[in-house]
Amino acid sequence: MSTVDTVTTAAGVAVGPRLRERRDAGRKLLVPYVTAGISADWTDFLTAYEQAGADAIEIGLPFSEPMIDGPTVQEASERALHRGATVPGILADLRRVRVDVPLVVMTYYHLVARDGHARFCAALAEAGVRGLIVPDLPLEELSELEQAAADAGVDLTLVAAPSGTPSRLREIAARSRGFVYAMTGMVTTGERTELPASAAEFATRLKTHADLPVLLGFGVSTPEHAVAGAHAADGVVVASALMRRVLDGAGPADVGAQVAELRAALDAAQG
Amino acid sequence: MGAITAAGLPALLPAAGLMHDPGAAGRFGDYGGRYVPEALMPACAEVEEAFREAWADAGFRRDLDRLLTVYAGRPTPLTPAWNLSAELGVDILLKREDLAHTGSHKINNVLGQALLARRMGRTRVIAETGAGQHGVATATAAALLGLRATVFMGQKDMARQALNVHRMRLLGAEVVEVTSGSRTLKDATSEAMRHWVTCADEAYYCLGSVMGPHPYPWMVREFQRVIGEEARAQCATELPAAIPDYVVACVGGGSNAAGTFAGFAGTAAQLVGVEAAGGAAIAGGKVAVMHGHRSYAIQDEHGQILEAESVAAGLDYPGIGPEHAHLHDLGRARYVTVTDAEVIDAVRRLARSEGILPALESAHAIAWVLRAARDGELPRGATVLITLSGRGDKDTTTLMEIP
Ligand SMILES: Cc1ncc(COP(=O)(O)O)c(C=O)c1O
Repeated sequence: MSTVDTVTTAAGVAVGPRLRERRDAGRKLLVPYVTAGISADWTDFLTAYEQAGADAIEIGLPFSEPMIDGPTVQEASERALHRGATVPGILADLRRVRVDVPLVVMTYYHLVARDGHARFCAALAEAGVRGLIVPDLPLEELSELEQAAADAGVDLTLVAAPSGTPSRLREIAARSRGFVYAMTGMVTTGERTELPASAAEFATRLKTHADLPVLLGFGVSTPEHAVAGAHAADGVVVASALMRRVLDGAGPADVGAQVAELRAALDAAQG
Repeated sequence: MGAITAAGLPALLPAAGLMHDPGAAGRFGDYGGRYVPEALMPACAEVEEAFREAWADAGFRRDLDRLLTVYAGRPTPLTPAWNLSAELGVDILLKREDLAHTGSHKINNVLGQALLARRMGRTRVIAETGAGQHGVATATAAALLGLRATVFMGQKDMARQALNVHRMRLLGAEVVEVTSGSRTLKDATSEAMRHWVTCADEAYYCLGSVMGPHPYPWMVREFQRVIGEEARAQCATELPAAIPDYVVACVGGGSNAAGTFAGFAGTAAQLVGVEAAGGAAIAGGKVAVMHGHRSYAIQDEHGQILEAESVAAGLDYPGIGPEHAHLHDLGRARYVTVTDAEVIDAVRRLARSEGILPALESAHAIAWVLRAARDGELPRGATVLITLSGRGDKDTTTLMEIP
C-alpha cells in the first residue's frame, strides 16, 4: 500500500472482496462504528478497531438531522458538529491514516447531494473510503448515486428493513454493493438490552436473496447479541453500544477492548 | 375596490399544471420526492395508495365535507378588515381560519388524515407540532374518531405554548417532550419520524404541514385546498373584480399558504408567502434534503441545517414545503420575510383596529401587508386577501412578556 499523504486515485481497501473472502473462509464479520470528529483523536479509534479484529469500519459523517438514529448517535453527531466537524475536515483526517481495513462512510443524503454525487464519491475514494451507506436514500431515488459510486470505486451498501416486501428485498439484495445491511427490526439505532425478536428471522429471509454478506445492525449491543445475530447473518454492525462508551469518556484503547470482546465472542461461537 | 393592475398579472405562466397531482414520484419540479429510510417506504406507499383511493371516493369526500361543516364550522367567513383598510388605503379581506374549530386551519388537514387513518384500519395517530395547533387538532380528531394520539413537541415550544399542551392532554393525547437539537418543530418532526419507524404497522403518521415524504406535501395541500376554494368563491361575491390583486399567507411548512394558493394559482392574483426572518428557507436558504423531501432550508456553509429563530413557534422551522420551492422557482409565488418586531406590532394593530387577535404565525401575513402598504409596494386601492391562519389566544403569555 502507498504511504504517501496525497493520493489521487482510489486508495483504501475495497469493501466487497474483503468481506466476501472472510465470510467464505468461515469467519463471522464484525463492523464497529465511530462518529467522525467525535474527538480530536477520533482516527485513533480506527486503528484500535483494526487491532481488535474489525473486518470493516463504519464511519458516521455527522449530520444535524440524523433521521434514523436514536439518542446515542444523535448525541455523538451533535458533539462532533459542536467540535467543528465538517466533511472536508473529516476526509482530510482520513487521508492521514492508513488502516488495512475497508472503511465505509454512513451519512445522510443531503450531505452527499449538496456536493454533487460524483464529487462526493471521488472525495471519499481519495480519502481511502471505499464504501458508502445513505440510509435516507431509498431504491426509487438511488440511480444517480449508484452510478457515481460505481464510477469512483465506492461500494454503495443498501439497507434492508423487515417491513420490505419480497420484491423490495430482492431488489435491495441485487443492487447493494459491498454487503447488505439488514436492520434487526423496526427500530432506530441505539443500545438495547435485547436484540429485536425479528432479527434472526429477517437475516435468514434476506440471505435467500443475497450472495453478498448480510450484516445485521441497529441495536446490536453485547457479545451475546453479536453471536446471536451473526448466527443467522454473516456478521454484525455495532454502533451505539460503542459510542455510548465514547460519549461517557472512554478512549480508543478502552473501546478497542470492547471490540476485541465482541471479536472473541464471535470467534468462540464459530468454534 | 381596485382593478387588477398590470403588475398583478403574472405574464409568464400557463395556469394549467400548477398545484396539480405530483405523480407517483411526488415531484414538484425538482422538489419533493420521498427521502426516507427503507423501513418507512412501505408505509409511505400505503398512505399514498389509500389517499388516492379515498380522494377519488365520493363517499370519503362526503364524510369529510360533513365533518368540515358540522364539526369544524366551515365555511369560515371572509371578513373585510374595515378599519385597517381605511387606514392603509388598500382593501383587506381576512379569510377567517381563526374561527375554525380548535382555532386554526390545522383542523382541515387533520380531519382528512384522521378519516384516512381510520379507513386504513389504524387505531393510533402520531404527529409533530410546533405551535401546538396541529397537535391540538390531531388530539381533537383522535378524540372524535376514537383513535389514540401521541404528539411530539420540542421542549422550547412546550414552554411557550403551554396552553396548547394542556389542551392536548385534556383531549386525551399523550404529549412527548423532545429535547434534541433546537427543541422546536424541526426536532419534533425528526422525532416523530423516528417513532414512526417503530410503529408504522399500527400507527398512522398525521403530518401537520405540506412537507415530509410523498404523498404528504400533496395530500396536506389537497386537504387545505378548501381554504382557497372557499375564499375564491367568497371573493367572487365580495370583490367587483372577483379576484383579489394579492393573496397573502404566512409560511411555516406552508400548509395554510398552499391551501390558499391552490384556489388562486390559476388566476391573475399575485401570491405572497411570508416567512419568519429567522427561518427564511427561501430568502436565506439553499436546496436541502430533510424530513423526507427535497426543498430549501437554511444551512451553514457545510450543509448542516441551521436552527430557526422566530417568536412564532409554528414558523420556527428552517425548511419549507417542496411545492413552495417550486412555485418560487417558477416565479408564480413570491416569498418574503418579516421580523419578530414587525409581527408583534401587527398583532397589536389587528387586535385594536378590528377586534381580532391573530396567532403570531398569522400575524406574519398581516405584518407584510402593513409594510407593503406603507412602502407603496401595494398600490392604493389594491385588493388583498390575507389568510388569517389562526387565533392568538395561545400566544397571550408570550405577548404579555414582551414590553
Ligand atoms: C396558526 C398557525 N398558522 C400557521 C402555522 C404554520 O403552518 P403552515 O405553514 O403549515 O400553515 C401554524 C403552525 O403551527 C399555526 O399554528
